[in-house]
Amino acid sequence: MPKAKVNGVEVEFENGMTVLQVAELAGQEIPRFCYHERLSIAGNCRMCLVEVKPGPPKPQASCALPAADGQEIITDSPMVQKARKGVMEFLLINHPLDCPICDQGGECDLQDQSVGYGRDETRYAENKRAVEEKHMGPLIKTAMTRCIQCTRCVRFITEIAGVPDIGLISRGEDVEITTYLDKAVASELSANVIDLCPVGALTSRPYAYNARPWELTKTETVDVMDALGSAIRVDARGPAVLRVLPRVNDAVNEEWISDKTRYACDGLARQRLDRPMVRRDGRLKPASWGEAFAAVTARLEATAADRIGVIAGDLQDIESMKAAKDLFAALGVASLDCRQDGLVLGSGPRESWLFNSTIEGLEQADVILLVGTNPRLEAPVLNARIRKLWMAGKARVGVIGEAADLTYRYDHLGAGPSAIAELAAGGSSFADALKGAKRPAIIVGQGALTRSDSQAVLAAVASLGAAVGVVREGWNGWNVLHTAAARVGGLDLGFTPAPGGKSATEMTAKGALDVLVLLGADELDLSQTDAFVIYLGTHGDAGAHRADVILPGAAYTEKNGLYANTEGRVQRGERAVFPKGEAKEDWSIFRALSDLLGHRLPYDTLEQLRAKLFAEHPTFGQLDYAPGSTPTALDLAALGVAGALSDAPFASSVGAFHLTNPIARASVTMAECAALSTGLKLAAE
Amino acid sequence: MSVRRLAKNQPASFAFSQEAREKADWWIAKFPAGRQQSAVIPLLWLVQKQEGWVCEPALRVVAGLLSMPVIRVLEIATFYTMFQLTPVGTVAHVQLCGTTPCMLRGANALKAVLSDKIGPKDHCSADGKFSWEEVECLGACANAPMAAINDYYHEDLTPESLAGIVDRFAAGDAPAPGSAIGRQGSAPVGDPLTLTDPSLYDGSRAKPLSLPNLPAPATAE
Repeated sequence: MPKAKVNGVEVEFENGMTVLQVAELAGQEIPRFCYHERLSIAGNCRMCLVEVKPGPPKPQASCALPAADGQEIITDSPMVQKARKGVMEFLLINHPLDCPICDQGGECDLQDQSVGYGRDETRYAENKRAVEEKHMGPLIKTAMTRCIQCTRCVRFITEIAGVPDIGLISRGEDVEITTYLDKAVASELSANVIDLCPVGALTSRPYAYNARPWELTKTETVDVMDALGSAIRVDARGPAVLRVLPRVNDAVNEEWISDKTRYACDGLARQRLDRPMVRRDGRLKPASWGEAFAAVTARLEATAADRIGVIAGDLQDIESMKAAKDLFAALGVASLDCRQDGLVLGSGPRESWLFNSTIEGLEQADVILLVGTNPRLEAPVLNARIRKLWMAGKARVGVIGEAADLTYRYDHLGAGPSAIAELAAGGSSFADALKGAKRPAIIVGQGALTRSDSQAVLAAVASLGAAVGVVREGWNGWNVLHTAAARVGGLDLGFTPAPGGKSATEMTAKGALDVLVLLGADELDLSQTDAFVIYLGTHGDAGAHRADVILPGAAYTEKNGLYANTEGRVQRGERAVFPKGEAKEDWSIFRALSDLLGHRLPYDTLEQLRAKLFAEHPTFGQLDYAPGSTPTALDLAALGVAGALSDAPFASSVGAFHLTNPIARASVTMAECAALSTGLKLAAE
Repeated sequence: MSVRRLAKNQPASFAFSQEAREKADWWIAKFPAGRQQSAVIPLLWLVQKQEGWVCEPALRVVAGLLSMPVIRVLEIATFYTMFQLTPVGTVAHVQLCGTTPCMLRGANALKAVLSDKIGPKDHCSADGKFSWEEVECLGACANAPMAAINDYYHEDLTPESLAGIVDRFAAGDAPAPGSAIGRQGSAPVGDPLTLTDPSLYDGSRAKPLSLPNLPAPATAE
């Protein structure tokens, strides 16, 4: 490997690295604004100047300079320090220095680097430039006088989000960052430009003037808005969650999160169920926990076990489902289901419902077939990963389903199930590519697995997968993309109907049950059921409206809980704030209820619950481990039941991206985004 | 140079004329498949040829023709100052050079003429026939001061000659481009002052040439 000397210290580096990366290898911090590891190199801020020998006797931009064998890199010479001071001074010429009223204050690269590398006072007395106010939609607040033209936002939106909406117009000292005629940025990942912006030019609009970073309690946890389990940091002040930021997790979300993950958090403070309620005379009335429990136990005790059903929703942690399962299994209830949408997977080997290639492992795939899924809406961060593959020319993508704009080009093979057989028959160039692929991957979405003919669809896709060798030595490309954060945890836990039990769809039918327990389940059609509905959840959404008893639970930021993402990776969510009002953590509600029902659950603390959970389901004990990272065989032939396929085209399970769960539906920001995306509102309004 | 923005008043739509569309297709065909975006500058130039300026609907038309994001077209249209983003005079648009060599040779006096004849710079005259702007060096310093009027350079201007040119445009004439004092290119004013010896040109100073290995001269048989 080539070697270079950084400030006299020799380091080995890999060919193709830049001088900046080599200097970082040697532990030298290089200030930068425009350079970002995950974006293309622009080299326009000039902050990363270093001295390089051999070379011209002047400072050079290290981010764009390839390192060479035998190079001598000096990062702390008087020449470099003088150059940095000079660049900093130029950057600050047109920067307004309004830090006291800037939301970036306290977490601003320009502030930090100005202190570290700049002069101590300004010599500039002339007028600063003014920039017209810009609009970028309801999420991104702009203060473009602060912009230092690093173009990180332009590169992110163009390269990673794949929605080239932001541009740098005009030239010279007049350049401005803008969208075309002030239209809102139409990307599900748009708000990541706020994190990327090294100054306060792009800041968070919903969070504007809310808090200073040093006032916030920061909690590192995981996201539940989709099934990826992106790594997030929840910033709270007192009882209020003020914002959600991404954390770096290369295995899942790299360092991006979707707008829903970031901005649905204002829904945590609205429409909340903060006290128990019991329906009296047709109206829900506030009640004490004792009254609510009395109503619940009276009903449960008076009802035969086969007339009781439990449905778990999409945001549930594994512990609450475990407690519910333990309690209702003890009561003899067979009708348990965590699949509100009628997903056909859930029996058979665990690999059948996992994203087996793993999200990071998907980058090894050379041909990807999407069936009945629109990853841009269902998992925007995963979609960005597929786009990354496509951009690098590493993978060819085919789609069976709706021909949506996925931000990359793909072969559209058909809209409905008949395309699967056509693809299996071969003849098309994509079929040849799939056959010849070294590491083919099939991503099956909920749109294909929640239909009335889904068993047959599953069988057809699985046999196609078997024919092209989706599962082979050292590779398992059978990927199910879930949309619910709780789904894989529920399936792994066996939160599915026991023999003789009813499925979620059967449970909500008229006359099917006498007592229906909804564990945060809101995406159901409850218009037919005539059962007594006990709703344990967080928001006054569909389930709570139909409920006869409401037991207020804790949202994902309010409890410690485990979540298994679509890969089967178990991750730990941490409590950032306490549950609202009289609400309690979900598992403890079942624990209290079990006492009253005479079937006391054998755990008094969350630790004891987890110990029991790990003993009974060892897979949950392997935190942050994706089972697919060591590929295991899967018998695809056993999946599904061959049968007649309908002609109906596949539709994505996510219709309105911004409104998929009770938290997002309660969020004002998400409502505004949803209105914008359906064209009801213009950005400039 | 000031901040370049799209004009406030925009036409509702834009369409290439038959002729311009054929030219546009010719430009697009020059680039390999998938690289049609390279034709964006020629296409914007065609728009400007047709309309006199580049309007907002045209940006969308060009973006659509080249399958590229419209913000990229806007970036280019606002970057290059030769694209006029506001309407210009229908008869003549004067781009007067105000850079140092022209300024030293009297461009400021020309500005006064244009302000007087046409009005304030960067605006159309009241009848919409004329407009003028100050531009940076157009590369004809040897013939300073100069102005580009529509597509052609008018050089060696004086306030009087420029006023005369504007008047002739106003009268519907098309004044001949080039030097207003009749010199050829940037040759010296009047007769040449150097290289005047006629023997330079009559071949008399050429030395007899003797190349090796030439065949013997043909002789009459």
